[in-house]
Amino acid sequence: MPAVSMTVNGKAVTGNVEERTLLVQFLREHLRLTGTHVGCDTSQCGACVVHIDGIAGKSCTLLALQCEGMKITTIEGLAEPGGPLHPMQEAFREHHGLQCGYCTPGMIMAALDIVRRRGNDLDEHTIRDQLDGNICRCTGYHNIVKAIAAGAKNMAKGGGARQAAE
Amino acid sequence: MSATGIGAAVRRKEDFRFITGHGQYTDDVVRPGETRAVFVRSPHAHAKIKSIDVSAAKKLPGVIDILTGTDLATDKIGNLICGWMIHSKDGTPMHMAAHPALAAGKVNCVGDAVAVVIAETTAQGRDAAEKVKVEYEVLTAVVDPAKAQAQGAPQIHPDIANNTIYQWSLGDQKATASAFAAAKHVTKLDIINNRLVPNAMEPRAALAEYDEGSDHLTLWNTSQNPHVARLVIAAFVGMAPEHKLRVIAPDVGGGFGSKIFIYPEEVVCLWAARKVKRPVKWTSDRSEAFLTDAHGRDHVTHAELALDANGKILALRAKTIANLGAYMSTFSSSVPTYLYATLLSGQYDIPSIYCEVDAVYTNTAPVDAYRGAGRPEATFVVERLMEVSARQMQIDPADLRRRNFINKFPHQTPVIMAYDAGDYLASLKKALELADVKGFPKRRREAARHNKLRGLGYSTYIEACGIAPSQAVGSLGAGVGLWESAEVRVNPTGSVEVLTGSHSHGQGHETTFAQLVSERLGIPMENVSIVHGDTDKVQFGMGTYGSRSGAVGMSAIVKALDKIEAKAKKVAAYVLEAAEGDIEFKDGKFTVAGTDKSAAWGDVALNAYIAHKFVGADLEPGLKETSFYDPTNFTFPAGCHICEVEIDADTGKTEIVNWTAIDDFGTVINPMIVEGQVHGGVAQGIGQALLEGAIYDKEGQLVTGSMMDYTMPRAHDLPSFHVGLTETKSPSNPLGIKGCGEAGAIAAPAAVINAITDAIETEDLAMPATANAVWSALQRAKPRQAA
Repeated sequence: MPAVSMTVNGKAVTGNVEERTLLVQFLREHLRLTGTHVGCDTSQCGACVVHIDGIAGKSCTLLALQCEGMKITTIEGLAEPGGPLHPMQEAFREHHGLQCGYCTPGMIMAALDIVRRRGNDLDEHTIRDQLDGNICRCTGYHNIVKAIAAGAKNMAKGGGARQAAE
Repeated sequence: MSATGIGAAVRRKEDFRFITGHGQYTDDVVRPGETRAVFVRSPHAHAKIKSIDVSAAKKLPGVIDILTGTDLATDKIGNLICGWMIHSKDGTPMHMAAHPALAAGKVNCVGDAVAVVIAETTAQGRDAAEKVKVEYEVLTAVVDPAKAQAQGAPQIHPDIANNTIYQWSLGDQKATASAFAAAKHVTKLDIINNRLVPNAMEPRAALAEYDEGSDHLTLWNTSQNPHVARLVIAAFVGMAPEHKLRVIAPDVGGGFGSKIFIYPEEVVCLWAARKVKRPVKWTSDRSEAFLTDAHGRDHVTHAELALDANGKILALRAKTIANLGAYMSTFSSSVPTYLYATLLSGQYDIPSIYCEVDAVYTNTAPVDAYRGAGRPEATFVVERLMEVSARQMQIDPADLRRRNFINKFPHQTPVIMAYDAGDYLASLKKALELADVKGFPKRRREAARHNKLRGLGYSTYIEACGIAPSQAVGSLGAGVGLWESAEVRVNPTGSVEVLTGSHSHGQGHETTFAQLVSERLGIPMENVSIVHGDTDKVQFGMGTYGSRSGAVGMSAIVKALDKIEAKAKKVAAYVLEAAEGDIEFKDGKFTVAGTDKSAAWGDVALNAYIAHKFVGADLEPGLKETSFYDPTNFTFPAGCHICEVEIDADTGKTEIVNWTAIDDFGTVINPMIVEGQVHGGVAQGIGQALLEGAIYDKEGQLVTGSMMDYTMPRAHDLPSFHVGLTETKSPSNPLGIKGCGEAGAIAAPAAVINAITDAIETEDLAMPATANAVWSALQRAKPRQAA
């Protein structure tokens, strides 16, 4: 099996994987980073969104081997262990932006990418439009939209830990 | 109200693990030496299995074993069952066909499992599954429930004539017929309640482990009710004795009903784990979920409402065909009967109601409870009839409702339910104000200037929740009691663990249940842990569905806390050297009436365990109490939702421009969580009304078999919601809670369709009201003028 090396949450990792191994399988099964979830098999739901060289991507739609040498950030890498939460994580808690929690890691990672692309002052229409790649079945999105708007604002204030787009 | 007690919008305790990626869902659990199960599934809706050849597949790398339905039968693994007996109107019991976990000789829907590959990895399992050769003789499929009973329709199960499971009825047929004969106005509607795929974001999964030394099986499972799963798998499937089977439902990523049921895959994983003597894990992919999760709704109904000249309802009657799919799922029989027809009185004083329900088999996935379960179907019938009656009789739809609201409680409906508390006028009034209905005509005129059709629709819904008194459901055919259990363990340091039979899969019980304990015992929420979802920890429980965890689950905790307080007072009496009757407990402090003597909660907890102040003959050491709470009635949440839409007449695209929800859930423990439940429920209801619909072609292939084909509501499909509350307390449980989990999904579809049909001025519109459906309805109603 070929070897693959990448940086995940700031740490260099290497693994031997079957060619067909998806990035999400590498993260979940080889690295045991199970915060990244799989909610569909057609690249529709966004539960698997991680940051790949600073840009949000669906880790179910990339082979692990395609990520050779890349920098991956997962939900586990947003806040330093024992440190403060990332402002976007904090906003999801503060605004009840999650219920069952399954879509949440992908939502938070996608939200950070919206901030990267659209800035910190986000209106409701922009957030709803930009969340097209993420599905939540619990919240009806009402509080997710509020959380993302608030999280984006708080990021501008400079709070929080490691930034998303590292 | 304390900062963390009942009524406080406390932020959720469970959130930290979810927002940091440390939730633990079934697929996240890994056991040493675990293998993967991959199912070989039927590509045909209806076929005989002529042969299965596993020889080539077995030789592939990583394959440990391949098992078929023949092996299952040889090992005498029992069938899955439906646990609610329904009798037909002629008294005969329902016809339940055999449902083996792996098909035996014949497949009855696409996705029916015929074999399972146990392999080292999922990929190897999939490779092998592709090499399993199954020879089928394809039979004609029965797909349309309305045609399932027709003469000459293929018979799905042997000995079950006309594919008919039962022909059930409720109510007084004669009285209803006479009322109709005397009516001034009769409204008639043909309704299809569209079939839905639940699509909890976490796909189902099962991990089974066998311990040979103790002959003990453990199952990690995506379940809303692990104890019921253990009971059924032990007592009916006969997998293992109940005391040698542990079921753990860890974090569960949404349920909406679909994770209540006992499914073939978990049975097969348990059986295979014992055979291969290694842990076996199966995780559904989304395509499998579409084919094998129990679907929801799927009713074909003709309904009629009889009214007098003043718009007073005289009677309602309905005839429904309910599609239960290829096999009877765990509670499928109850959904189109006692969870449906019993709610056909709505919020209205209706003298006579009669409903007939035929449940049929088809060659489609099983259908069972999905958020609301029967009550959305009933609400859709009643609220569409109301709106259409109002239009036909030219009465304002809010006014027609007002004229018919029940306003005296208790109220016995003609269809079993005894409503115990409510104020329907109050929720309507509040909703009319919040939705600014007075300003609607102006908004409609304004929209028309931009070639937009604006419409407004109501849904004044009612539901029966908090299921339910065991004696009542037992008399209606339930195979289980529907109480709930709680055990409160006070540790020597005063911290508290609550073991509950309820199961949280998004509802936030770790927070709301802790709020209750915090308020009662006067201790910080951080000192309270809620334990659920493990049959080795919690002795028994009925689980979470039917909006029952507040009304029933928390009531059990209240009862256990009552006992804790009583025992703690005894301990405090010894500590404070006072008479037990003089001990008072408030805000976490025990005091002796009329003195300044006091003992803190922690002191009393410690003294209960060190037992230095009393002898065992007088008082047992320790502080732990259990309660089983059986409610005295269903609860009856109700409210008024108003939907306002704007439709592009050229494309048929509907935009929901305003949503108002006023709900009466009785006592609210945490308004933030309750509002979240309403948002999510309404979103699913709007999904049913506008976007979602499972479609099978005539050969029984699921055309909408992925999230690319089945339209899940996304953020841009939905508006922000205006949510408010009224409150009449439920008299049937100590907290006065009615339940909030399903209301949105029950109320919403009728409100949306009432709004759209108001806008397009035709009732000829089925769900989902896609742009195409609305545009087509407009063309049918108003033939396009010559260019």
